[in-house]
Amino acid sequence: MSGKSYVKPFVREVSKTTWYLARGRDRLHMAHEASCVFVGLYALLLLWGLRALAAGPEAYQAFLAALGSPLSLGFHWVALAVTLFHTVSWFQVTPKAMPIQIGEAFVPGPVIVVGHYTVWVALSLFILFIGGVFHG
Amino acid sequence: MSYKTIELEVLRYRPEMDDQPWFQVYRVPCEEDWVVLDALNYVKDHLDSSLSYRWSCHMAVCGSCGMMIDGEPQLSCKTFVRDLPDRRIRVEPLANFPIERDLVVVLDDFMEKLQRVKPYLIRQEARALDQGEHLQTPAQLARFKHYTQCINCCCCYAACPQYALIPEFLGPAALALAHRYNADSRDQGREEREDVVASNVGIWDCVFADACSVVCPKHVDPAGAIQQMKIASTVSWYKDHLGLGRKKT
Repeated sequence: MSGKSYVKPFVREVSKTTWYLARGRDRLHMAHEASCVFVGLYALLLLWGLRALAAGPEAYQAFLAALGSPLSLGFHWVALAVTLFHTVSWFQVTPKAMPIQIGEAFVPGPVIVVGHYTVWVALSLFILFIGGVFHG
Repeated sequence: MSYKTIELEVLRYRPEMDDQPWFQVYRVPCEEDWVVLDALNYVKDHLDSSLSYRWSCHMAVCGSCGMMIDGEPQLSCKTFVRDLPDRRIRVEPLANFPIERDLVVVLDDFMEKLQRVKPYLIRQEARALDQGEHLQTPAQLARFKHYTQCINCCCCYAACPQYALIPEFLGPAALALAHRYNADSRDQGREEREDVVASNVGIWDCVFADACSVVCPKHVDPAGAIQQMKIASTVSWYKDHLGLGRKKT
């Protein structure tokens, strides 16, 4: 004996454009993803500078002069803030991606995060050093 | 006298009579030590026997009672009524899965994906019985033990924004289980799993939103497992293309 089948699964649609608005963690995630736009824009700016350097002293001086414009300074402040947010939110999750196991135990997450900050500061100081900042 | 009376707002869907889900509110007198599952059982036993939901162990082991509680995927047997801020508690079936009936969802998609990652020990050379058991050090066990805690409750799928947007994505629990076996010193099946794990619906579809790990009631950390597989898969790719040869990672 077989009864009537009532199999009629109901599918709840998910908005492809507004799905992240409902939850705080999803909004934060999308903010992190969006912040990479500024990281990319700044990489393009550096490439532009490299191109100007290759084109000769005049072109490079024009590039440096352009960096001092109010529009450029505004962009730099925004890019700095957004890139710092991108970096901090990325460093927070690095222990998940690269756990370090010693024997049976894992190195505590905060130690790995601090390690990333340490390398970041060291690399920044090195770049400033080769850039001549500490030569007076 | 009960600890507090709550209004349990339950999403109902009866395919034989409803065209779409709707909310039904039950007033439930709760005791202080009640979890949401106890409130649902009260409804079933005293108020409305037609309500459908899955549960079995009542102790966060079987993975049957995952559902959306106030919008978050949680085990109803592990979510205490006293810990929820409001007297009105909204209970819905797990997000991102089709609703079969009331709080019961269709899990066929997850079951199919689970099989595709071959979640079992694979050996290239079978070990004869007279060779004895596979020995494993405590350190080798520690490498993957936390991933064995998965109870397939699918809360991670309900939280995953990628699975919501790209249903083909293999998803957190299946990929975490693939990593569990890849990381097992007794296993030799990573190459066999790689075609599925590193496919365009596998680890590279994950955007590391980390929602799966946040909601996991067993602290499995599927997001971490997936990122570690991305690194391992990338290292393998470079080894293959630089002619360095692979070793089991």
